[in-house]
Amino acid sequence: MRYLPHTDGDIAAMLGTVGLKELDDLFAAVPGDCRFKGALQLPEAMSEWALEELVGRLAGRMAVSPEYSVFLGAGSYDHYIPATVSSLLGRSEFVTSYTPYQPEMLQGTLQGIYEYQTLAARLMGMEVATASHYDGATALAEALLMAVRITGRKKVALSRAIHPHYRQVVRTYFAPTGYELLELPYLETGLTDLDRIREIQDLAAVAVQSPNFFGCIENLPAAAQRAHSGGALLVSGFTEALAFGLLKSPGSQGADIVAGEGQSLGIPRSFGGPALGMLASRKRHMRSLPGRLVGKTKDRDGKRGFVLTLATREQHIRREKATSNICSNNSLCALAAAMYMASIGGTGIRELASLNHDKAEYLKNALRDAGCPIRFSGPTFNEFVVRFPGGFDAAYRHLLEKRIVAGLSLGGYYPELADHGLLCVTETCSREAMDRLVEEVTA
Amino acid sequence: MSESLGTTGLVLNEPLLWERGKKGRCGFSMPAGDVPSSPLPAELTGDGPDFPDLSEIEVVRHYTRLSTWNFGVDTGLYPLGSCTMKYNPKINEKLAGLRGFAAAHPLLPSVLSQGALQLVFDLERFLAEITGLDAVTLQPAAGAQGELTGMLIIHAYHRLRGKQRTKILIPDTAHGTNPASAALCGYLPVPVPSGPDGILLPETVVGLMDSETAGIMITNPNTLGLFEANIREIARIVHDRGGLVYGDGANMNAVLGVVKPGAVGVDILHLNLHKTFSTPHGGGGPGAGPVAVRKDLVRFLPVPRVVERNGAYELSEGFPESVGRVMAFHGHFGVLLRAHAYILSMGPDGLKQVSRLAVLNANYIREKLKDVLHPAFDRPCMHECVFSDQNQQETGITTLEMAKRLIDYGYHPPTIYFPLVVHGAIMIEPTETETKEDLDGFIEAFRSVVREAGENPGVIREAPVRCKLRRVDETAAARNPCLTG
Repeated sequence: MRYLPHTDGDIAAMLGTVGLKELDDLFAAVPGDCRFKGALQLPEAMSEWALEELVGRLAGRMAVSPEYSVFLGAGSYDHYIPATVSSLLGRSEFVTSYTPYQPEMLQGTLQGIYEYQTLAARLMGMEVATASHYDGATALAEALLMAVRITGRKKVALSRAIHPHYRQVVRTYFAPTGYELLELPYLETGLTDLDRIREIQDLAAVAVQSPNFFGCIENLPAAAQRAHSGGALLVSGFTEALAFGLLKSPGSQGADIVAGEGQSLGIPRSFGGPALGMLASRKRHMRSLPGRLVGKTKDRDGKRGFVLTLATREQHIRREKATSNICSNNSLCALAAAMYMASIGGTGIRELASLNHDKAEYLKNALRDAGCPIRFSGPTFNEFVVRFPGGFDAAYRHLLEKRIVAGLSLGGYYPELADHGLLCVTETCSREAMDRLVEEVTA
Repeated sequence: MSESLGTTGLVLNEPLLWERGKKGRCGFSMPAGDVPSSPLPAELTGDGPDFPDLSEIEVVRHYTRLSTWNFGVDTGLYPLGSCTMKYNPKINEKLAGLRGFAAAHPLLPSVLSQGALQLVFDLERFLAEITGLDAVTLQPAAGAQGELTGMLIIHAYHRLRGKQRTKILIPDTAHGTNPASAALCGYLPVPVPSGPDGILLPETVVGLMDSETAGIMITNPNTLGLFEANIREIARIVHDRGGLVYGDGANMNAVLGVVKPGAVGVDILHLNLHKTFSTPHGGGGPGAGPVAVRKDLVRFLPVPRVVERNGAYELSEGFPESVGRVMAFHGHFGVLLRAHAYILSMGPDGLKQVSRLAVLNANYIREKLKDVLHPAFDRPCMHECVFSDQNQQETGITTLEMAKRLIDYGYHPPTIYFPLVVHGAIMIEPTETETKEDLDGFIEAFRSVVREAGENPGVIREAPVRCKLRRVDETAAARNPCLTG
């Protein structure tokens, strides 16, 4: 086997050194009644060529563009990834290294993550961003646990317009804690009903998502004001990081903690993962942050360098008193995001975000003009909720036959939105593809 | 030995991203608009983030230079104990880039995602067979999230039985993630001291396992590189008193095809695909931490689960006792498909050979260094060997200083100061993918460092001198944190 370099001669010589006859003698410390004596029932080893054929066949059974027009967003977005990002990210010095416990020999990763933290903080409008989390949902769950630690309160309120899967993950993380989770309804505008916050005492945090699951842009200053007046923190979530190229950042509108998904920033959808959990806070909450942080320092000669820092918050030092159990994070995805943000630049991200918005508005208006009601009146970014005449699911099935995946049916998540779908448009979607969708829906 | 020392080569400096560039540059191919402009209300829009504007060549040079300051498995031996830094096959990277997978949306209808669902289904079965357990979830994103999932399952199990418990037993050799994961579920970790031979004794567990204790988290082989030979007896004690046995599979690379954890009393086990199953660690992740469980715990696994009906695969949420979702979508699919490719490349005999050679390499290093470094336990090891700093005490040279000097010889240092129960611990895990010649080079380098500790301590205290940077000041970084530029 090509990954196992030992020759028979090597094995014999090494066994001789350790004073054994057979390889199986190496397991003398394993009692007989613990030994597995059979053969693993797994497929026999495949050649590289045969493997490529098999996996290629499986990959061929997936619906992707250009064969399919996919109008699906809902937390995973089709943005173009520059060839430079894929190429640079593939450099094996980045790919095959471990967490930088020995900073002197991993300055590439460390400077790269420090730059990511900086650009991520600027994108979210915050002072401090962590090195990465698993995904937007776990970042939100960790942000809420952080708010509980900071405030000493045991109740949080989540907007119902937060991605349903994110709310499910938060429920999973909160289930054994005894902390209380409340939900805030949404209004006819598609925005969270912030008036409900006043009715709840002793909240640790109010969590909203903007743009929210319906694509609607929340009123974050109002959310911050309501949260703060009751002594709660505002945790602002997001699934579409590109939106902040155009929209005001959550940090500039009063959020205390920002948590969301960075997949849009140069990371392939890859059937949902790995993606990038982004988490940021005000500097005063820095020591309550979960996860790894890279900090700037100097070496013995006074040269600028970078190092993992504030480790006393972490599990390998604090064990059960740590701010989180996280160890491996999604570092390489954070590096991809940094490469993407560096490639697109401040001027470019604004232009690209505007283009995304224009395209989504084009489809939204075309569908409305064709007799498909747009459910919510508020302004949206990239995604919107629409009702198809004759029912969403019937139209969805019809469109699948035409190789169009017409978004996500919402009835399963929101019974009151049966017959509605969530559609998404990004810069990769052509006007022709959108026109064809409208044509087929109204045919 | 001096010929083994690294050279300084040509190390280019590179500024921070925002110290480069010029307003108006762009390294992105901006598509032309083909629709009318449709501005948002001005009160919603901002100025956009303050990113530097760089051209394509600037971005390429920047990251290429940064990459040359990094050391990976592709660069050289990376014997970090308990991290299993084995070779990451290139074919797996190529397969992960196949458009059908890389571009696939996670919410595609089942009929249009049969390839990914089948891959998940097959990998779950492979891992169930390897662990000797009945079912697997691939959703957890990393080992620590696998642990959390396992703890959630234990929590749900006791709740369903009508009485929640408050404590969990965790050996003193455990990874820090174990107590942190237990604490997230509200369990109080109770440390279990290991016995004089470095393994757990049943009588210690008998004394601690009571009706308030939810179970035990046990790493086998443990972080001293020793097989917990009393595992069956310990599992019996825990089961008899109503607890569950959680296995931390971080060290599974030692026992593939040799021990099936499910057959020796483990009820729940997580695997680290980025360790045992060859997926790259990416400078800190992403990894994947699948969790395998025995039959009666299957109902608690996270949703959605992939089920097969008449040869077709679909996602099902129909498991009312599930602990729920732990990730927004299906976990780190891109990592899963690399591990799937690895298992198919190795086959059953290849996987067993992996563990044999991993254990051989570790024992070979142990044997060749045990006259200069003090073995923590005087007995053969499994996939990693652990030494203390006892022999170096009188030189005044610390484990950290020796580790830094190894860098100058061109090797990534072993894990140091862990496990905590060994003074000045040096934990070496070579993995099976290293040649005898590379092991010999590492051994020679380490022996040379030990010699220098006695004869020329000054050179060690100065190390490393052949990296991009000299020793960096970690204390200053923590005292006055600067986390953004």
